[in-house]
Amino acid sequence: MRRVYFDHSATTPVHPAVAEEMYRYVNKTFGNPSSVHFFGREARKAVEEAREKVARAIGSRPEEIIFTSGGTESDLMAIKGVAYANRNKGNHIITSSVEHHAVLDNCKALEKEGFAVTVLPVDADGMVSPDSVAAAITDKTILITIMHANNEVGTIQPIGEIGRLARERGILFHTDAVQSFGKIPVNVDELLVDFVSISGHKIYAPKGIGALYIRRGVRWLPISLGGGQERKRRPGTENVPGIAALGKAAEIAMETMAAEAARLTLLRDRMIKEVMENYSNVRLNGHPTKRLPNHVNFAFEFIEGESLLLSLDLQGVAASSGSACTSGSLEPSHVLLAMGIPPEIAHGSLRITLGKDNNEEDVSYFLDVLPAIIERLRAMSPLYHKVSDDCETCVKTWCR
Amino acid sequence: MYSDKVMEHFTNPRNVGEITDPSGVGEVGNSVCGDIMKIFLKVEDNIIKDIKFKTFGCGAAIATSSMVTEMAKGKTLDEAEQISNKAVAEMLDGLPPQKMHCSNLAADALKKAIEDYKNKQAV
Repeated sequence: MRRVYFDHSATTPVHPAVAEEMYRYVNKTFGNPSSVHFFGREARKAVEEAREKVARAIGSRPEEIIFTSGGTESDLMAIKGVAYANRNKGNHIITSSVEHHAVLDNCKALEKEGFAVTVLPVDADGMVSPDSVAAAITDKTILITIMHANNEVGTIQPIGEIGRLARERGILFHTDAVQSFGKIPVNVDELLVDFVSISGHKIYAPKGIGALYIRRGVRWLPISLGGGQERKRRPGTENVPGIAALGKAAEIAMETMAAEAARLTLLRDRMIKEVMENYSNVRLNGHPTKRLPNHVNFAFEFIEGESLLLSLDLQGVAASSGSACTSGSLEPSHVLLAMGIPPEIAHGSLRITLGKDNNEEDVSYFLDVLPAIIERLRAMSPLYHKVSDDCETCVKTWCR
Repeated sequence: MYSDKVMEHFTNPRNVGEITDPSGVGEVGNSVCGDIMKIFLKVEDNIIKDIKFKTFGCGAAIATSSMVTEMAKGKTLDEAEQISNKAVAEMLDGLPPQKMHCSNLAADALKKAIEDYKNKQAV
C-alpha cells in the first residue's frame, strides 16, 4: 500500500544530509566542547559553526543564539526568563488564545506567582489583531508573546506590526517560530522581535534540539543554573550531534525555502480547491491566504476527527486532528474553539501538513481515497441526514 | 492503541443504519464532547428482532456501538438490559484507558432504547 506522510507539523523525517552530519558527531567527533584538547576543540568548532548557521538563518549575531532541547524549553526560557528579570518593572504579560501549550501553560504558571496575563482573542481566521495588542498594553506590561505561525491552523500572525508596537513601548517581544522557521522568512530585525523559539525536528533535524534567540542587551535571566555552557545561559554539556544537525538543517532550509514554499503552496492550494469544491459541509480552518505554505486544515461536519484519521491511516495516509479523542481530553482543540468554531465541528477537523517528500501523486492519492471515507462516516453519523431537499437548517438544528 | 477487534468492528461495523418505524430509540452523548450514539430497536414478543445504530464519534465509539448491536440481537429485553459498557469493552478485547469513560456508552444507548420501548408500551 502507498504510504503518505502528511503530518510534518507534528514532526519531520531527518534529512539524509542532516543525519550524515549528526552521525559524524555521534561517532568520530565525540569530544566535550569544553575540553581544551583536540577532541574538545573539534566539537567546539562544530557547535560554533552550527550557531553561525542558525544565526544567519534568522538574521542575528551568533552570540544571540543559545541551543536548547527544543521549542518547549525555548518558550519556557524566554517567558520565565523575561518575567523574572523584569519583575521590578511590571508584572503584566500579553499573549493570545491560540498559542501552543508551551506558552499558555507557562503564562498560567506565572499567574500563580503574581503575574497578570492578558490572553487576547483571535478572529475567525485565527488572527490576532495588532490593535487588540495595543489596547492591552499597560504601564506594567513587560512581555508580549505571540506565535509566528499557528501549529494547528497554519495562520501567520502580523508579527512585524506587533513588534513595532512592542518596540515603541519598550516592551520585550517573544515569538514562537517553531512552525514558521524554515518555511517562511524569520528575520529578527524585520519582525522586530527580542526572543525567537525554534525547533529542530520540524525542519528535518532530529527531536530534542532547538534554539532560542535572545536579542543582545535585553533584560533576561537564565532559568537553569549549573555550568558555564552557552555563556551560562543554558548550562549543561552541549548536545553536539543535535546542535550540528540543527545547523545543517537550518542551512538546507535557507537554501531550499523559496523554491520549496512555492512548490508546497501549489500542492496546498490544489488540495484546498478540490476539497472545497467537491464536498458539502466542509470548511477551511485558518486564514485562506496568510497561512503556512504547507498547511491545510479542514473541518468535515458530522464526522469525528479520530474516525477520519483511523480511516485515512487504513489507506496509508498519516494526518492529524484537533479532535478531543486524539488529545485524551474531552475538549476539542483550544485553537479551533478560540476561533469560534462550534465544538461539534472542531471535533471533525483534519490537519494535513506537507513536506519535502510529498508530491502531486500524494495529493492525488489523498483526494482519491477521501470520498469513500467521508461518505462512509457520514452515513454512520446520526448528525448527517442524507436528504436532497433543503434540509440544511434541519440538520443544523438536529445537531444541537 | 486499539485492539484488532476494535479495528475490525470499526472497519466493518455491524448493523449500521436506522429502522423505520422502530419499537424504541435510545440516544446518548452530545456533539460537544464528540460522541453521539443512537440505537434503534425492533422488538417482537419481548425479543430484539432487529437492531441498528448510528454513531458520531471516534473509533472506540463506532466499535462499541457495533459490538453492542451484535450482543443484543436476538436477546430478550431482560437479557439485553443486563449488557454493561464494561462487557462491551471486554468483548472488544479492551479499550485504551482514556476511552473507557468517554466513548464507551453503547450499552447505555441500548438501555435507553429499551426504556423508550417500555414507555411506549405502557401508554
